[in-house]
Amino acid sequence: MNIDPSPYRKPALTLRKYLVILSVALFGSFGDAFLARGMKHVGSIDIHHVVNVFSALANPFVLVGIVCLLAFMSSYMTALSFADLSYVMPATAISYVVMTLLSIFWLHEYVSPQRWAGVAFIVIGVGLVAGGPPRTEDPHPVSGSQDVREHV
Amino acid sequence: MRSLYTWLCIFTTVCAAAAGDVLIALAMRRIGDLGDLRRGHGFFHVIVRVLSSGAFFGGVFFMAIAFFSNLVGLSWADLSLMGPASAALTFATNALAAKFFLHENVDRRRWFATIFVCFGVLLLTRS
Repeated sequence: MNIDPSPYRKPALTLRKYLVILSVALFGSFGDAFLARGMKHVGSIDIHHVVNVFSALANPFVLVGIVCLLAFMSSYMTALSFADLSYVMPATAISYVVMTLLSIFWLHEYVSPQRWAGVAFIVIGVGLVAGGPPRTEDPHPVSGSQDVREHV
Repeated sequence: MRSLYTWLCIFTTVCAAAAGDVLIALAMRRIGDLGDLRRGHGFFHVIVRVLSSGAFFGGVFFMAIAFFSNLVGLSWADLSLMGPASAALTFATNALAAKFFLHENVDRRRWFATIFVCFGVLLLTRS
C-alpha cells in the first residue's frame, strides 16, 4: 500500500509525548476493566430504575475504575493539546489489545481466533497512524485556536 | 430485549463521546500544548486555563453522559462487547467530526488507520 507522505508533515513526537499517548491507552483499558469487574459485582440495572446506577459508586472496583478514568482524562487532554483528534483516537486504539488481554487473564472471558484477527487489524491501524504527523496544518482554523506549529 | 437496551446504550455512548471528544479537542487546541504551558507558566496556570474554557466544560458534560451510558451498558453486556462496539462507531464518528468540525487534515493514512481499527473492532464484536 503506497501512502504518499503528507505535505503537512511535522516533526516526530518526543518520547514524553509517546508516553502520554501510551498512558491514555493503559489508563483507559484498565479503567474499563475495573468498571466491568465492579458492575459484575453490582449486577444488572433495571431499565426502569436507571438511577440505581449511582449505587454502583459504592463498589471499590468501580471507584478504582473511576480513578483510572480520571487519569485517562488527564493524559487524553494532554495528548489532544499537541496532536489532532484524528491522530490520538486511532493511536490510542492499542488499548483494545490491552483490554483483550485483560479479558482473558483477569475477567476469564473466552477470546476466539476471530477476536485475535481483530486485534491484528487494530495493531496495523495503530502502526499506520503512529507513522504519520501528529498535528496537521489547519487550512480553515477554528475560531480562537492558536498556531499549533510552535507547540509540536 | 436486553440486546436492544445494550445497543441503545452503545448509541448514546457513541453520540455523547463524539460530542465530548470534539469539544475537548477544541478546548485543548485553543489552550495549546499543556506541557509547554506548565514549563513556561507553572501547573496552576495550566489549571486556570483549562478551567476557564467553556468548550472544556461542554466536553466534560457529554463525556459524563457517555460514561454513565457505558456504565449501564456494562451491567448488561460483557466488556469485550460493550467496549469495542461503542469504540468502533466512535472512531468513525470522530474522524468525520474532526474533518468537518475541527477542520483537521484527515489524510489517506488516517482514513486507512481508522478503517483498519474499525474493522478490527468489528471483528472483536462479531465473534
